[in-house]
Amino acid sequence: MTLAPDPAPGVDVPRLQRQAAQIRGRVVEMCHASKSAHLGSSLSCIDILTAAYWHVLDVDPADPKAPGRDRFILSKGHAAMAIYATLAARGFFPSEELASYNQDDGRLAEHPPANMVPGVEAATGSLGHGLPIGLGMALAARLRGERHRVFVLMSDGETNEGSVWEAALFAAARKLDRICVIVDYNKWQATGRSDEVLGLAPLADKWAAFGWDVRRLDGHDVGLLAATMAAVPNGSGKPVALIADTVKGKGVSFMEDDNNWHYRAPTAEEVAMARAELGLEAP
Amino acid sequence: MRNAFADEITQLAAADPRVVLLSGDIGNRLFDRYKEAQPERFFNCGVAEQNMMGMAAGLAMSGFRPFVYTITPFVTTRCLEQIRNDAAYHDVPVTVVGVGAGMAYAGLGPTHHSCEDIAFLRALPNMQVLAPGDAWEVRAVVQALPRQDRPAYVRMGKKGEPLVHSGRLADFAIGRAIRLSDGSDVCLLASGTILPEAVEAGRLLAEAGVSAGVYSFPSVKPLDQACLAGAFQRFAKVVTVEEHSLVGGVGSAVAEWAVDNGADARKLLRIGTPDAFFKQSGSLAFARRRLGLTGPQIAERVRATLAERGNAA
Repeated sequence: MTLAPDPAPGVDVPRLQRQAAQIRGRVVEMCHASKSAHLGSSLSCIDILTAAYWHVLDVDPADPKAPGRDRFILSKGHAAMAIYATLAARGFFPSEELASYNQDDGRLAEHPPANMVPGVEAATGSLGHGLPIGLGMALAARLRGERHRVFVLMSDGETNEGSVWEAALFAAARKLDRICVIVDYNKWQATGRSDEVLGLAPLADKWAAFGWDVRRLDGHDVGLLAATMAAVPNGSGKPVALIADTVKGKGVSFMEDDNNWHYRAPTAEEVAMARAELGLEAP
Repeated sequence: MRNAFADEITQLAAADPRVVLLSGDIGNRLFDRYKEAQPERFFNCGVAEQNMMGMAAGLAMSGFRPFVYTITPFVTTRCLEQIRNDAAYHDVPVTVVGVGAGMAYAGLGPTHHSCEDIAFLRALPNMQVLAPGDAWEVRAVVQALPRQDRPAYVRMGKKGEPLVHSGRLADFAIGRAIRLSDGSDVCLLASGTILPEAVEAGRLLAEAGVSAGVYSFPSVKPLDQACLAGAFQRFAKVVTVEEHSLVGGVGSAVAEWAVDNGADARKLLRIGTPDAFFKQSGSLAFARRRLGLTGPQIAERVRATLAERGNAA
């Protein structure tokens, strides 16, 4: 009997999958409690966040401003629930604080705020800002001879913004090979299919034409995500774009690929159903 | 002014390793000395101002002191949201430098004029707004900014403007006006590139027997509140002069201050550009003449206002 080669050596895939399921469950609860939007967008990027925070990033929750840390920018700031739940689970702040999400006088707003939440590198919410900021961080690292990397997670709808392509041109010209963009390509934006609202396809070819080293991969394969992100810089001498094919609302069957969950919040019954599907106990 | 900026930023970068310069594909030859001295800390960011401003914020978040330089409307309104969200909201020390503010690029047309930038930028929380009045003030501002560690906007002219000061300003401070001449009848507060015209107006008024105190007023935000309090107390007339729209500029800032602080706002005369695009071709001198912003026109306007007031009394 021969074993298939391990596609992600050194990655504890079952652990990452369990972690991702827990974060999904938490996000569904947060959305229900706060009646906020962007559940589908949050669920689609949780495997990417899990791979990043539990396998790839050199970050220390006890020292979130350590100068040599890897930077991770959630440029699709509307997935704030996902990053908050991730950061809390990773120990950047107590999980109990997640109950204050979108409540009066808290710091966990519906888009990540500036200089408030440990682990949030940059305030986002208006799309197309994360990559330029990330390039500035990468330039700073290069000027100082530091070795850390910058990861920027953006949505496919976000690539409508011209600033994304301005930044793509700059990164290629300067061969910033320690920057890695992950596009959460769930094929939806707020009001329609992202390949129809604007002519996004072929998205991977666009990044390649802009001078990036492009990998297209399953955005829910935590092992592959972890191994691919961990390999940055990958020897290509180019900035890296990972076009991650994802499903909006991933992990909850009745939310998957249904764009109503861009704005809808689940009822208590739906939360219980979702948690059951995720293999979690009732809240 | 731009040559003074290039010279000063070259000196500053030599002394402060945190200084980096980002340019939007302009300043050909202007920064040659800087680039020779600091090749690593110069970035031509191309004609892509949104990315340039976002990158500057990222550099500032990482401990650098970026200066972002291009023609005024492109480094302000073109990337206003990056200035707002990435620099001002994060409260990081990005310095936005606009060359050719006001009507400096008169001949290039309204796309290159900039008479609204102060209004936009001073509305942003955390943002300091500075309008130096000659090359010496440009130098003083550039030297003062890295000590502030805050986001800032510097609007300056182009090149060859007359000098008002005779050398380095020894006690320049952000938030403080500079007294150029004392007077007793009227106080002229001139902000930015229009300063030499206001100085001439003060001289002409003196010749006509009107005693004018003339102040350079480079700091639009923060305002020099002590200077304003003194001016509204001592003078029968306080005149703001700027090459910027009357909507939202220095005159507006002073009017807001007067109303909010119990000063007699009826004393205020605001001289600036109208709420209109300037579409005619021509030189800066032509534009200023047409807009009533030359020294003699400013003096005449002030004199007429004083006479009106005399008749009314």
